[in-house]
Amino acid sequence: MSPSGATQRLSRLLAMVPWLLQHPGVPLAEAAQHFGITETQLVKDLELLFVCGTPGHLPDDLIDADWESGRIFLGNADPLSRPLRLGVDEAVALLAGLRTLADVPGLHDRDVLATVLDKLSAAAGEAAPRAAALHVDLSRGAQEHVLTAARDAVRRGRRVRLRYLVPSRDETTDRDVDPIRVLNEGDRWYVEGWCHRAEAVRRFRLDRILTIDVLDVDGTPPADALARDGDDLFSPSPDDLVVTVELQPAARWVAEYYPVDDVQELTGGRLRVRLRTASEDWLPRLALRLGGQLVVVSPPQVAERVRALAGQALARYDQEPLAVAPTGTPTGTPAGVAAGASTVAPARPGRPAEDVTPLA
Amino acid sequence: MAPQRTERLLNLVIALVATRRWLTKEQIRHAVPQYAECESGESFDRMFERDKEDLRELGVPLVTGTYEPLFDDEPGYRIDRESYALPALEFTAHELAVLGLASRVWQQASLAGPAARAMTKLRALGVEVDAESLVGVEPRVRAAEPAFDPLYAATRDRAPVTFRYRRADGEMSERRVQPWALTSRGGFWYVVGFDTDRGAERAFKLSRVQGAVRAGKPGSFEVPAEVDVDAMVGPPSTVDTRTAVLQVRPGRGTTLRLQARALAGTPPEGVPQVAPAVGAGPGGAAPADAAADDPAAWDVLELPVGDLWNLAEQVASHGPDVVAVAPPDLRAAVVRLLTGAATGATVTVPGSRRRAGAAR
Repeated sequence: MSPSGATQRLSRLLAMVPWLLQHPGVPLAEAAQHFGITETQLVKDLELLFVCGTPGHLPDDLIDADWESGRIFLGNADPLSRPLRLGVDEAVALLAGLRTLADVPGLHDRDVLATVLDKLSAAAGEAAPRAAALHVDLSRGAQEHVLTAARDAVRRGRRVRLRYLVPSRDETTDRDVDPIRVLNEGDRWYVEGWCHRAEAVRRFRLDRILTIDVLDVDGTPPADALARDGDDLFSPSPDDLVVTVELQPAARWVAEYYPVDDVQELTGGRLRVRLRTASEDWLPRLALRLGGQLVVVSPPQVAERVRALAGQALARYDQEPLAVAPTGTPTGTPAGVAAGASTVAPARPGRPAEDVTPLA
Repeated sequence: MAPQRTERLLNLVIALVATRRWLTKEQIRHAVPQYAECESGESFDRMFERDKEDLRELGVPLVTGTYEPLFDDEPGYRIDRESYALPALEFTAHELAVLGLASRVWQQASLAGPAARAMTKLRALGVEVDAESLVGVEPRVRAAEPAFDPLYAATRDRAPVTFRYRRADGEMSERRVQPWALTSRGGFWYVVGFDTDRGAERAFKLSRVQGAVRAGKPGSFEVPAEVDVDAMVGPPSTVDTRTAVLQVRPGRGTTLRLQARALAGTPPEGVPQVAPAVGAGPGGAAPADAAADDPAAWDVLELPVGDLWNLAEQVASHGPDVVAVAPPDLRAAVVRLLTGAATGATVTVPGSRRRAGAAR
């Protein structure tokens, strides 16, 4: 047990004593359940209390604890008869957690959250203002009406019908889903459930759900559709396409934002990274969006696809890609995108993509 | 080891709560059996120092003082009974369930541990949690960055910090900062504060902090009363209110169609519709089956520009399926991105390539 294990246990004991004094004769099982521990652990806790007491530590100084009958009686524990106040980190963790929940529209009843925040702030006393040190905004992409409907469906065990957007394939699909839970990864919100179309557990990003209908159909997922652990959201699959790319400094965020296998520092602040993708279309789209700040090193067919798509697109603007590129002038912008346009484009800010917040 | 440690801490708490007078270190050593067993004064000193820290972390109000301030008496210790206890609090079962949800959002040990301890303390109030009401919702906050824990502690304690930081353009430098708050946005953590070398407010992305964070003396600065954390992390982006006109191949560009729909004021639950055409191509509307590869015959979308480069990136990511018609600077920006992608993607040998913009 780590030192923090010792303090964790101490804080349980300090909470348990006042509660047991208030509940004389409570059955072991009930007390264990109340504190979320096993009966074995509870008995160990009682054994520890039994040998502690006021200085002198003579029999009369020690805490009385009796649980032989299966019911717990505690005595001689006056110094610990009141529950200990919250520590600073404890108050911060709960208050900042509550504010995080309160900021997500549709996640929870606002009135209840406001009441709890008020009560807890009062109880936390001087520790309460410290909670301002943490701000977490999870509200982006949590479409309130979708979140509310998904929560409702999970709670009532109803099936939902989703119209779902898959941007990497630029298409929408209709799916019937038996929802398991609503969760987030970073600031992305998902409903996870058994997808009847895929016949597997899938996660659907709330901001890509165009419509959601809660059906009047039982939505109990198949028994073996176990909820997945969050960490395998990006679990690699042997079918993934592995792409090596080089990132200009302004596109370094890609290595932080997407799961990458391997990161290598190159000269001039560039990075070489290996990405995995299940979608053939995703990487070319990213490369087009980044306008040369991301260069595909391998495989060659992906690099060729990016070049071909960009060339076809430029033809729509009556531009010859290779004729204009070398004559580009320095832009003086951090991004340093090759300039070749016949119309002068505005200076590009160092803001690489919609998904990412930059820094000065 | 650990049970003895809990026992020792518990005996220390009881001794310091029970006492009406200041206890000197020597008296404490005799009052707590586990201290009395210490072989040397030094090992007792070390143990006592660590235990005091643990108790403070738990919120135990440990105070020091002496009866004879005019004499050079050794200070004594006791626990302030007035502030020891959690104020009288009443939570309903549902409110306690909400608190439980808030306590479980933290995924990193530095806050998850305190959050769990806080819930244990609140259980001493005797309310049973109504877990049913929150089934299926799992909001969570992660902080994988190694810099999170030291920066959180420094922010909480108002201690200045020093760390090495890599800017977005790759440049590394040593930064000295008075940290005001930590904030999570877009799945990334940032610390905002006062950069003492630059004499200005700054925001730093935690994933770009390199190596150790060194903290100075706690309580060294005051956090300004009105800190606009959001403004510090993201410069307020100016919204371009002009209207962009795009040609979109039928069946493609779903995300752009959604934005066009929002402009048209269609309710969000509606199925995406093609925005009304603002003008047919030369020679009037073409028959649908001839539309395949003639942008002039495609759907025409009108949508707010918002952020010029963001929209240009979206348009470019669709390659030849979406054409920016207006305004001219949007066209130019798209052409620049596509040109970069067309030329950059052909280079596969790292280091041998000279970017058009960097040639001079």
